[in-house]
Amino acid sequence: MKLDPKARYTEEHEWARQDGDEIVCGITDHAQESLSDIVYVELPEVGDVFDEEDAFGVVESVKAASDVYMPLGGEITAINEELEDDPELVNQDPYGDGWLIRFAPDAPDDFDGLMDAAAYEAFVAEEEA
Amino acid sequence: MLAAIGARSIKDLFDDVPERVRFPELDLPAALAELDTRWELESLAGSNLTASDCACFLGAGAYNHFVPSVVDAVLNRGEFYTAYTPYQPEISQGTLQAIFEYQTMICDLTGMSVSNASHYDGATATAEAVITAINVHRLKRRKVVVSPFVHPEYRAVVRTYTQGMGLTIVGDENGGSAGLTDLLDEETACLIVQYPDFLGRVEDLSGLAEATHAAGALFVVVTDPIALGMLKPPGEFGADIVVGEGQGLGAGLNFGGPYLGFFASRKKYARKMAGRVVGQTVDAAGERGFVLTLSTREQHIRRERATSNICSNQGLVVLAAAVYMAALGKSGMRQVAELCYHKAHYAQQRIGEINGFSLLDDKPFFKEFVVRCPEPVQRINDYLLDEWDIIGGYDLGLDYAHLQDHMLLCVTEMNSRDEIDVLVEALGEVTS
Repeated sequence: MKLDPKARYTEEHEWARQDGDEIVCGITDHAQESLSDIVYVELPEVGDVFDEEDAFGVVESVKAASDVYMPLGGEITAINEELEDDPELVNQDPYGDGWLIRFAPDAPDDFDGLMDAAAYEAFVAEEEA
Repeated sequence: MLAAIGARSIKDLFDDVPERVRFPELDLPAALAELDTRWELESLAGSNLTASDCACFLGAGAYNHFVPSVVDAVLNRGEFYTAYTPYQPEISQGTLQAIFEYQTMICDLTGMSVSNASHYDGATATAEAVITAINVHRLKRRKVVVSPFVHPEYRAVVRTYTQGMGLTIVGDENGGSAGLTDLLDEETACLIVQYPDFLGRVEDLSGLAEATHAAGALFVVVTDPIALGMLKPPGEFGADIVVGEGQGLGAGLNFGGPYLGFFASRKKYARKMAGRVVGQTVDAAGERGFVLTLSTREQHIRRERATSNICSNQGLVVLAAAVYMAALGKSGMRQVAELCYHKAHYAQQRIGEINGFSLLDDKPFFKEFVVRCPEPVQRINDYLLDEWDIIGGYDLGLDYAHLQDHMLLCVTEMNSRDEIDVLVEALGEVTS
């Protein structure tokens, strides 16, 4: 399982990374591996506002369709439009080109309350056990 | 078997049913022998009048078109007739291929890129188009503009189907006095028109399509697939979703059902449409095969997020439509459409000349047209049926206050010139 040391993580297997005042978010390497080949990603619209843990989109693979949830509450500022034509980017590069959304968080300080890479690794290990 | 479950008698078995309703006295006649039963049923069936017993000029959504024998010959094959829903491609190649071919031909006819495997009828397909449009806009737009000349029953079904969704459906009140384009705004999810409209008229809808798109809404066209044999496909003038009744494609009148709702859309809305899509692929050995490519994923794995509870399709009627379209081919479809068109125009011209009858307007039409009658439509229809064995047209006064004493007549390839001439003679008698 690959991890991004700069990112923080949720129990729903999303990652979040600070970029200036905004947060970039996607699904983890572990999540993409569990889903296997991703065939469709449904994303919100720029300007949509969500609370923490709200479902903001759907990632559909050949095996399943899963909701993806906001790590923190905020307003969507960008979506990864490449995914419309190339959803497999989420498989190939989950922490890079396979990002899902950028958003402006309501409470930026809450970022520190998310799991860091080590904590997430331990969480996954426990979940698998 | 009673002993095995610990019951002593049949009576014992029904102990849980309250005594007063357990074995009620039924006021039934004595049992009949098989032959007597057959006579009785035949006599009952004999009081039905079917479109093959008389000349039929009634349309209004259910059309008397020719069904070639090859349709039933294929339909009655046990492999198709008894097949259940094709979840397992390894045992359903025939059904899946038929649906795939049906979808392909519906796309060709409508000018759309994706067709689903069908809905129950034209009315429910129209309602599903509304739900698709609402979901394309992520439930942020809840207004639907509908032309008053979309089939009245379809409009009623759309309202029934979407009740509780908090939609505002406008455009068809007061006989459609408000202009449809004036009703378009940033709340509008879609605009629905019918082509040819319920009164049979064919209009250039490209301006309406542009106005609809300018408002960011979807342009939904309800259409008659038989008309598309000669008319421009809705996809060529801006339709985003094309739906309609497919009964005319080889299904016969069937006493009002089962019918066939077809549903096609632009590719980008495929994920939001209900139902299922069959696709072509290759198997492990590289051979062509067919599978459910897009199957109501919401209903299987994310039920709480499902946008529609439709997870079925009209398998046999789809098959009839596929066989019908394949048997006729492109030129045959055009020929049927042209026969309808020319015969209807002959009838319209002759009826327009009858003293007391007049035409509603001179707009282009396909196989249906409206005539203003000198007497109530019901009275004329009773006379036609009783005296001439003719099934007359549809009484538009039932749905449109301003069209009292107006009859919607339908002429198809099934109506011979003689039949039309007899109709003209009969109508001439009404006023003489």
